[in-house]
Amino acid sequence: MGYLDGFKVTFKKWAGLKTETGKRITLQYPEETRPKPPRFHGRHVLNRYEDGMEKCIGCELCAGVCPAKCIYVRGRDNDPENPTSPGERYGFVYEINYLRCIHCDLCVEACPTEAITETKLFEFAFTNRSDAIYTKAELVVGDDGRPQQLPWENWDGGFDPAADTSGWMRATAPGGSDEFEGIVAWAGELGYGVRAAEGGQPLEARQAEEAAAASHHDDHDGHGGH
Amino acid sequence: MDPLLSGDIGWVEVAIVLLKVVVAFAGLMIAVMLMVWFERKLVADMQNRLGPNRAGPFGILQTMADGIKLFFKEDLQPERSDPFVFKLAPYLSLVPAFLTFTVIPIAGNFSGDNDGVVTIFGQETLMQVADPQVGILLVLAMSSVAVYGVMLAGWSSGSKYPLLGSVRASAQMVSYEAALGLSVATILLISGSLSTNVIVDIQSGFNWNLWMTGFVPFIVFLMASTAELNRPPFDLVEAEQELVGGFHTEYSSIRFAMFYLAEFLNTVTMSAVIVTLFFGGPSGPIPSGAPGWIGDFVLPFIYFFAKLFVFLFIFVWFRATLPRFRYDQLMDLGWKFLIPLALGWFLIVTTVHLATENDWNIPLVIVCCIGAVGLGALLLRMSIRAAAERRLTSEAEL
Repeated sequence: MGYLDGFKVTFKKWAGLKTETGKRITLQYPEETRPKPPRFHGRHVLNRYEDGMEKCIGCELCAGVCPAKCIYVRGRDNDPENPTSPGERYGFVYEINYLRCIHCDLCVEACPTEAITETKLFEFAFTNRSDAIYTKAELVVGDDGRPQQLPWENWDGGFDPAADTSGWMRATAPGGSDEFEGIVAWAGELGYGVRAAEGGQPLEARQAEEAAAASHHDDHDGHGGH
Repeated sequence: MDPLLSGDIGWVEVAIVLLKVVVAFAGLMIAVMLMVWFERKLVADMQNRLGPNRAGPFGILQTMADGIKLFFKEDLQPERSDPFVFKLAPYLSLVPAFLTFTVIPIAGNFSGDNDGVVTIFGQETLMQVADPQVGILLVLAMSSVAVYGVMLAGWSSGSKYPLLGSVRASAQMVSYEAALGLSVATILLISGSLSTNVIVDIQSGFNWNLWMTGFVPFIVFLMASTAELNRPPFDLVEAEQELVGGFHTEYSSIRFAMFYLAEFLNTVTMSAVIVTLFFGGPSGPIPSGAPGWIGDFVLPFIYFFAKLFVFLFIFVWFRATLPRFRYDQLMDLGWKFLIPLALGWFLIVTTVHLATENDWNIPLVIVCCIGAVGLGALLLRMSIRAAAERRLTSEAEL
């Protein structure tokens, strides 16, 4: 029918004549949330070792690699009597400006001690510029190992500090290769010990893909496969 | 002529007129509010989205929320704009949209010899704000005035995209007005009067102009009115992808809201005009035993609104389905198809009308008519083709 076919399509969608075409996938966001992928890049957190020592050694590699120049770090020698971190130096000042941060996660990749990781928290709409700059006191995890909830942060959307911190690192391997997925290559964290690997991608996805391809091949063997 | 205004005019008559004006204005405002919501919801449904669903039940108050927001926004005015014309243009857009509705009968008993006359406070009157002698010409006049709103808005903005939008608008609206007028002329031939009241009355008893004029004027009118409304697929005036916001790019705050309001108001009004002209307006079967107020107000209004609703749906459906015309396609459709079609059909209807009046041999007349119009169509087609060839050769020479 040429011109009139389109009218049929839109009418069917409207009337929902076919449930599949009339189906909506819209999620009512503040009330409903989608599960976040393992590699989600949210706001940062500064981790501590199981004994309470800070992981950050003030090396400034994160600040150096940051493409948005949003990280400001100053290191200082540890007090031999009362050290803050196990190493020689510790992060004395650590600030991230979230008005500049693009959540590329390069700081996490650069960090030699897994001190900085990204959580899956993204609902932190601040209302003034000084709130946008997260200081070390705000970034570092508390004595129970949980990230600190700041007044303007919304944790209602299913954010779970126990599961959702250091996600990127634990989803793959430090080398970024899926061959290492599931292999623990990180130190323990305060309050949680050595965390289990967080799977999901890409190894599982690759295996699922291969399985699907194999079954597809079986189904359509007569058509010459792929 | 409205029976209310014949004879002496006292304060009761004035009060009734004022009441009608207020009711029409308030009703239209509410209708527009609901129309915006309805359009957004319907388009969303057709695109597998949800549409507004936060403000009020089913998001029905979304328009109100948007309106309140627009009131509080900064009223910007470009430095190079013409201040007076810039401020005038939104009113030129909005006022005609309201005025057009004044000639639309929305209720009244049209069955039998009632002529749609109802009685309010002991006074006989018509269920339309005004029934001037010029009747339907007011609709055409107002849609011509509305062109100025769009054109002056674009021109006075002192910016290039609005100017381009308004140039398109004026060309588009002027060319489609001809087709619009010609299809209205066919109806005037049948009804023998310009008055909308008479046009509706003639159609009572399902003698709808839709089939009395042979469908073609209706199709022409529907297409031309969509173009006249600047609604998709004829929304070249706004054409977001090409012209930012078209003629209202530089408008913000309540002035923008007025353009927006006028656009949807025009949609409602034009649907009402279509219903009045082709679908018998508020006329419909009224059981003889029904009390006066049901036959005068309730049933006719339900008939009118049901018909109106169908066209509101169709306009939204157009928008959800059809992609925008290219500018040359728009002009081709208007000048080379709609106007000749409306004109040819007008000639056929005129001749048949004349033949029935004078008892001529009707089948012979129809055959002659179709032959003449067919010959005309052939000549037109040949001339269009010749012109296209000439253009191609002159382009090749260049």
